[in-house]
Amino acid sequence: MPAIHDMGGMPSDQPIDQSSHEWADWEHMTNALVGALRHRGMMNVDELRRGIEAMRPDEYHSATYYERWSASLETLLVEKGILTTEEIDARAAEVGERWA
Amino acid sequence: MTDNHDHESEHPGVQPDSELSRRARRAIAMRELLVQKGVVAAEEVREQIERTRARTPAHGSRVVARAWVDPDFKARLLADARAAVYELGYTLTHDAELAVVENTDEVHHVIVCTLCSCYPTSLLGPPPDWYKSFAYRKRAVVEPRAVMREFGLDLGDHVQVRVIDSAADLRYLVLPRRPVGSDGMSEGELAALVTRDSMIGVTSALEPSQTRVAASGTR
Repeated sequence: MPAIHDMGGMPSDQPIDQSSHEWADWEHMTNALVGALRHRGMMNVDELRRGIEAMRPDEYHSATYYERWSASLETLLVEKGILTTEEIDARAAEVGERWA
Repeated sequence: MTDNHDHESEHPGVQPDSELSRRARRAIAMRELLVQKGVVAAEEVREQIERTRARTPAHGSRVVARAWVDPDFKARLLADARAAVYELGYTLTHDAELAVVENTDEVHHVIVCTLCSCYPTSLLGPPPDWYKSFAYRKRAVVEPRAVMREFGLDLGDHVQVRVIDSAADLRYLVLPRRPVGSDGMSEGELAALVTRDSMIGVTSALEPSQTRVAASGTR
């Protein structure tokens, strides 16, 4: 069975939804943050993809595009010892309260 | 980001009343922590946002229009895209090569990235949502003609369709067929015929009579 991301040729009768959404600020930011880290040589596009492809299938399918980036970024930053899951948990809770 | 003010940029979230998903909150948290620890500067993130905003399909359109009017340039573009676009003042990101494929009366190329979303961002800006959609990734390689029909392009059976699956290290730009009736148009006028979707290959370039429609459309 092909890996989750290897979907070329999988059956689908869904029409192509050609509408586009305006990026939310956090999506611009996430794209840019990954760009800045790549620019600094701290991660590359292959690592980003590996992190995305390692997502649980249900998460991969339900997440939006930049939610997948967020998941991969977290995997990589924790793996590289730059951030810990605990501090991301704590700060994300603060972020949630700030925008609640 | 709608506001580059320093205070606001500390909170690159959203309007106070919008809902942030769990992954969005975690992305914002990671940015805050990375800036706080000095891993990246807030300014670097802002610069990247501006860099992304500055890239639009207009760059690709100018490259195509030049290739239509200058056969020598076209030959160089097809042989060594990186060097050719550099002649026009465009630079590609360092980590991916670009190949340009030419659509003709006999052969039509269309680009997909089945694995994710690889795209010639340097010349076209970020990919449209549909390019990243599961439906396009699944279907483009098995029923490209049906997919193109959804975009309004109905190719005759005499046209061979080649679907190209891009990779992270090699991105593709389609050089669309120069439309009939565009003889004598200036390079700038020609560039207005070259839509983003025609450089992905899901449509043709516009006919000269369609440009007024295009100006009011989103593609």
